[in-house]
Amino acid sequence: MEVKILKDILGANDQMAHGNRQLLEDNGVFAMNIMASPGAGKTSLVLATIQGLRGKARVGVIEGDISSSLDAERIAEESVPVVQINTGGACHLDASMIRGALGSLPLADVDVLLVENVGNLVCPAEFNIGEHRRIVVASTPEGDDKPHKYPAAFLGADAVVLNKTDLLPHVRFDTAAFTATVNAMNRDAAIFPLSCETGEGIDAWLSWLLAQLR
Amino acid sequence: MHEKAITESVLSLVLDHAREAGASKVARVNVTAGEVTGVVAEYVQFYFDFLSKGTIAEGATVAVTSVPIEVRCQDCLRQFQPERRQWDCPDCGRRNLDVVAGRELFVESIEVD
Repeated sequence: MEVKILKDILGANDQMAHGNRQLLEDNGVFAMNIMASPGAGKTSLVLATIQGLRGKARVGVIEGDISSSLDAERIAEESVPVVQINTGGACHLDASMIRGALGSLPLADVDVLLVENVGNLVCPAEFNIGEHRRIVVASTPEGDDKPHKYPAAFLGADAVVLNKTDLLPHVRFDTAAFTATVNAMNRDAAIFPLSCETGEGIDAWLSWLLAQLR
Repeated sequence: MHEKAITESVLSLVLDHAREAGASKVARVNVTAGEVTGVVAEYVQFYFDFLSKGTIAEGATVAVTSVPIEVRCQDCLRQFQPERRQWDCPDCGRRNLDVVAGRELFVESIEVD
């Protein structure tokens, strides 16, 4: 006998994510889910954002990694509240992990919550965590074909940061082709070419971020 | 890579609905997974075989129907499947697209005794 189900597989995660979102909004927190391949510059972007928002918005951070607290330690040096999630093998953060982490953050003292997802351009895109915005960080050494190869991440992005523009003279990367593909796949995504290393382009990113809070 | 988390959710849905239907055994699970989700059918079966041990779903075949990514040009309404590096509309050449298929991820049905 056939039993029809027609239920979304990630429905339970979505419900938890909805609850997270409610908790964030009850505390006036704006959350961004930052995803990228390992080494693209998620942590660098988080650090640059913390530094750039000083005096303008209070930042909190959730760090997601399979293991180690290296990233959280770097963030803690900036004197912002930070929680490290070690997934122990899971390749992405999900809503239930975030729910746990939210319980350890002083949400009433945070305006912007930066969630640095596990380094992975495939799986994090499938899991809502209750964020307000999804940010994909690409980087010039990775090549300009990544939107084609990882459509889920780029289709779901609210903004795409293109990091390491300072390396453009040394790598094969067609910025116009990259931008055109992202625009075609996702016309609403803002694109921010920048360098966390030199600071070039960071102001535009920070302005956009602050505009999202209003 | 995320098939384990997905399969855990599939099993949970399957067991809930099988119990509700008063089933004694689940023979087959029909899943629909859009291409964008990146779900690999073989991995889902692998995790399902492991996770379902000792339940009424043990031994069930998990059939995953893949839905290719399909986009619609918002300028001329032509629907097409973008191939290789071609995200331009084949009719009007513009790049103003909405994804209309390929992001699905649901359990369609189960076959039970």
